[in-house]
Amino acid sequence: LKLANMRSVSVDLNHDASLLIDIPDALCERDKVKFTVHTKTTLSSFQKPDFSVPRQHEDFIWLHDTLVETEDYAGLIIPPVPPKPDFESPREKMHKLGEGEATMTKEEYTKMKQELEAEYLAVFKKTVQVHEVFLQRLSSHPILSKDRNFQIFLEYDQDLTVRRKNAKEMFGGFFKNMVKSADEVLISGIKEVDDFFEQEKTFLLDYYSKIKDSTAKAEKMTRSHKNIADDYIHISATLNTLSADDSTYRHCGGYYMSSFVFLQKVEGRVASDQELKLTELLRYYMRDIQAAKDLLYRRARALVDYENSNKALDKARLKSRDIPQAEEHQKQCLQKFDKLSESGKKELTSFKGRRVVAFRKNLIEMAELEIKHAKVSSPIQPRDFYTLIHVYNM
Amino acid sequence: MCVCVCVCVQSGPASLPAEDISTNSNGPKQDSLFDDDPEDLFAEATEEVSLDSPERDVLLSDGPSPAITPITPPCSLITPHIDMFTHCSFDEIEEEEGGDSFDMHISVSDPEKVGDGMNAYMAYKVSTKTSMSLFRSQDFSVKRRFSDFLGLHSKLASKYLHIGYIVPPAPEKSIVGMTKVKVGKEDQSSNEFVEKRRSALERYLMRTVKHPTLLKDPDVLQFLESSELPRAVSTQALSSAGILRMVNKAAEAVNKMTIKMNESDAWFEEKQQHFDNLDLQLRKLHASVESLVCHRRELSVNTALFAKSAAMLGNSEDHTALSRALSQLAEVEEKIDQLHQDQANADFYCFSELLGDYVRLITAVKGVFDHRMKTWQKWQDGQILLQKKREAEAKLQFNNKPEKLQQAKDEMRELEGKVQQGERDFELISKTIRKEVSRFEKERVKDFKTIIIKYLESLVQTQQKQKVKNIIIIIFSISY
Repeated sequence: LKLANMRSVSVDLNHDASLLIDIPDALCERDKVKFTVHTKTTLSSFQKPDFSVPRQHEDFIWLHDTLVETEDYAGLIIPPVPPKPDFESPREKMHKLGEGEATMTKEEYTKMKQELEAEYLAVFKKTVQVHEVFLQRLSSHPILSKDRNFQIFLEYDQDLTVRRKNAKEMFGGFFKNMVKSADEVLISGIKEVDDFFEQEKTFLLDYYSKIKDSTAKAEKMTRSHKNIADDYIHISATLNTLSADDSTYRHCGGYYMSSFVFLQKVEGRVASDQELKLTELLRYYMRDIQAAKDLLYRRARALVDYENSNKALDKARLKSRDIPQAEEHQKQCLQKFDKLSESGKKELTSFKGRRVVAFRKNLIEMAELEIKHAKVSSPIQPRDFYTLIHVYNM
Repeated sequence: MCVCVCVCVQSGPASLPAEDISTNSNGPKQDSLFDDDPEDLFAEATEEVSLDSPERDVLLSDGPSPAITPITPPCSLITPHIDMFTHCSFDEIEEEEGGDSFDMHISVSDPEKVGDGMNAYMAYKVSTKTSMSLFRSQDFSVKRRFSDFLGLHSKLASKYLHIGYIVPPAPEKSIVGMTKVKVGKEDQSSNEFVEKRRSALERYLMRTVKHPTLLKDPDVLQFLESSELPRAVSTQALSSAGILRMVNKAAEAVNKMTIKMNESDAWFEEKQQHFDNLDLQLRKLHASVESLVCHRRELSVNTALFAKSAAMLGNSEDHTALSRALSQLAEVEEKIDQLHQDQANADFYCFSELLGDYVRLITAVKGVFDHRMKTWQKWQDGQILLQKKREAEAKLQFNNKPEKLQQAKDEMRELEGKVQQGERDFELISKTIRKEVSRFEKERVKDFKTIIIKYLESLVQTQQKQKVKNIIIIIFSISY
């Protein structure tokens, strides 16, 4: 399964020869996807220069969660966790198709089945891509690429299941839940002193809701295209049956059918191109912006902690008790806050650049693909069209 | 005679100078600039094929002509003017009949609301253009309302259906649709309803006059010509749906009869089977096309929603160039939405509605076959009764009852006459049906070809316009 060159949303990743990661192939067993994570490195911290390990989706989640829960990385945008492979939609459709088999001609059934298999494949490709991008984001990050758990993930040639269980017991997913729930309220409620962060906050909160909406609408558009492609399958099959039964125009029935088959292919391809380029792009950056919001949240929490430590210090001074501890605590809170602010500013600035470049790349590729289709696979090749006309006049 | 087609697309210069990129207003002209494929087969085709039929220009002009109505339809509501009734096949049919060569064009237009409230109705202008001697003038028009059409159909059905003529069914009544119009709701859906009905009425009339026998019927002539028409009463009972129900009931009754008809004529058996199959397949096709129409309308809605969403995203974006690009993407998607809407209309009027007409027509054909069975049954019943009367007469003769004998003899003579008539009726209806089916099938095959080709043409046109979209996307992505 050739999966190279599917990195539509990532830009400037995987160029640093000191650590190159890719997912050259994957296996799909029922619901479980097994990814082969391949690493090529010149770094001495690794035991071998070129090696591969099998990994499951849950392993990726574990890696992501450990990164999120590491204090030192609080000032970084942690790349969003890849979503779980979702074969639900094509599987449901396959089931429905099986039920309706009796009402279709053999050809219709075969075509519909082919379409579903293609959809299955597309889901598969997407999930590989998004897992790959996750790892590449890590490997190209100056700080995260050095993470110990990241190295274990890449190198450890045994099953990670045991480690995963331990990690869950240690952290219990507690911190992550807290991040999710208090998010927006805390961020928007904070009194911001720094202009940069004030602007970022406003921008990110607004942009997130807009891009979430656009993603949903783009998905609906893609689904409509797919529905139309399916309709063409049914229409072409029925026309075929009609022309077979009817000796009077059997000779041109084939052209009608092939025209509709072309149309179906075109619609299907339009759908998958839009899906890959536009919808995936929107979806990915929606998640990435969420990760950026998480960073803002952590900083906001640090600010709250700092403000609380100030209050505690004032109280301590008032009571003339435990002043040194309070001062120390306040100093630490301030340090943490400053560190987060400094690192956060860097991260958010580079994030913006990355986003702009990715959008540009994808939109251009989308347009180029559309032009290619319009030329090469026009629904009725002129040749066929004129044959049709001549046949009509026979 | 050969009707050829020329789809006029020129291939232009291979590369586009940079300055031209900024202006991208006009649609169809633009796409030629990017046909830089040297193997563009359209280029060759314009030389090979000649432009014969003038109707082609109507199709290939920049946009379909809208049906102008005093009820201002929204601009998106344009019916592709399907001129499928004017093609060369008519000459062949009419030459068989030995009369005027068929030259007639009917249009139904200018729907106007007359009256107010629940008594209101739509009046349509029925215009006829013809050179046939049947008519008093060459160009005339009258005002008719929907119930007038139903009245015409009911008269024709009662006169011709039972003797084997395939009478085209009238458009369906629609209480919901009509009520909206009466109540005065002037919105998209009620305008679409009026347009759908107008188009259906036009097709109905054209089909009716294409029929050589029906064309000469005085009711048809009166309908087309006289300025005043007696108001058709009780059309509720005589709507085409009602008549079809009657026909179907008759069909059921025949099927339930225990006496099965001895089909001596294999032709009828084969044709019956053929129409049963056709009925099945057409309904299936119609359902698929209706689904296509529905999905394309959904696509249009979803595209419009996405366009708005992308515009909002563009506004929210703080990087200036990307913001501009997203806004342009939104504009492009809006244009695409318009294309989808137009295509959905074409799907509907060019394809779906015509298929629906044929589904109803096939039902009428099946009805005609059933009438033949009924005729046969009547004849058979007459024969059986005659036989019984003969036996009774013989008995009477044996028992020597002179008065009763005379009565019996009279009755028998009457019955013999009826039986002979029954046989003649059966033979006549069989002959008529043969002719009708042959005519119908020829029409149908031509119609189907026309429907599909015109539909595919409309899709090709849309595809051309989509090229424009692609160009525009390239433009904005390059400029940012």
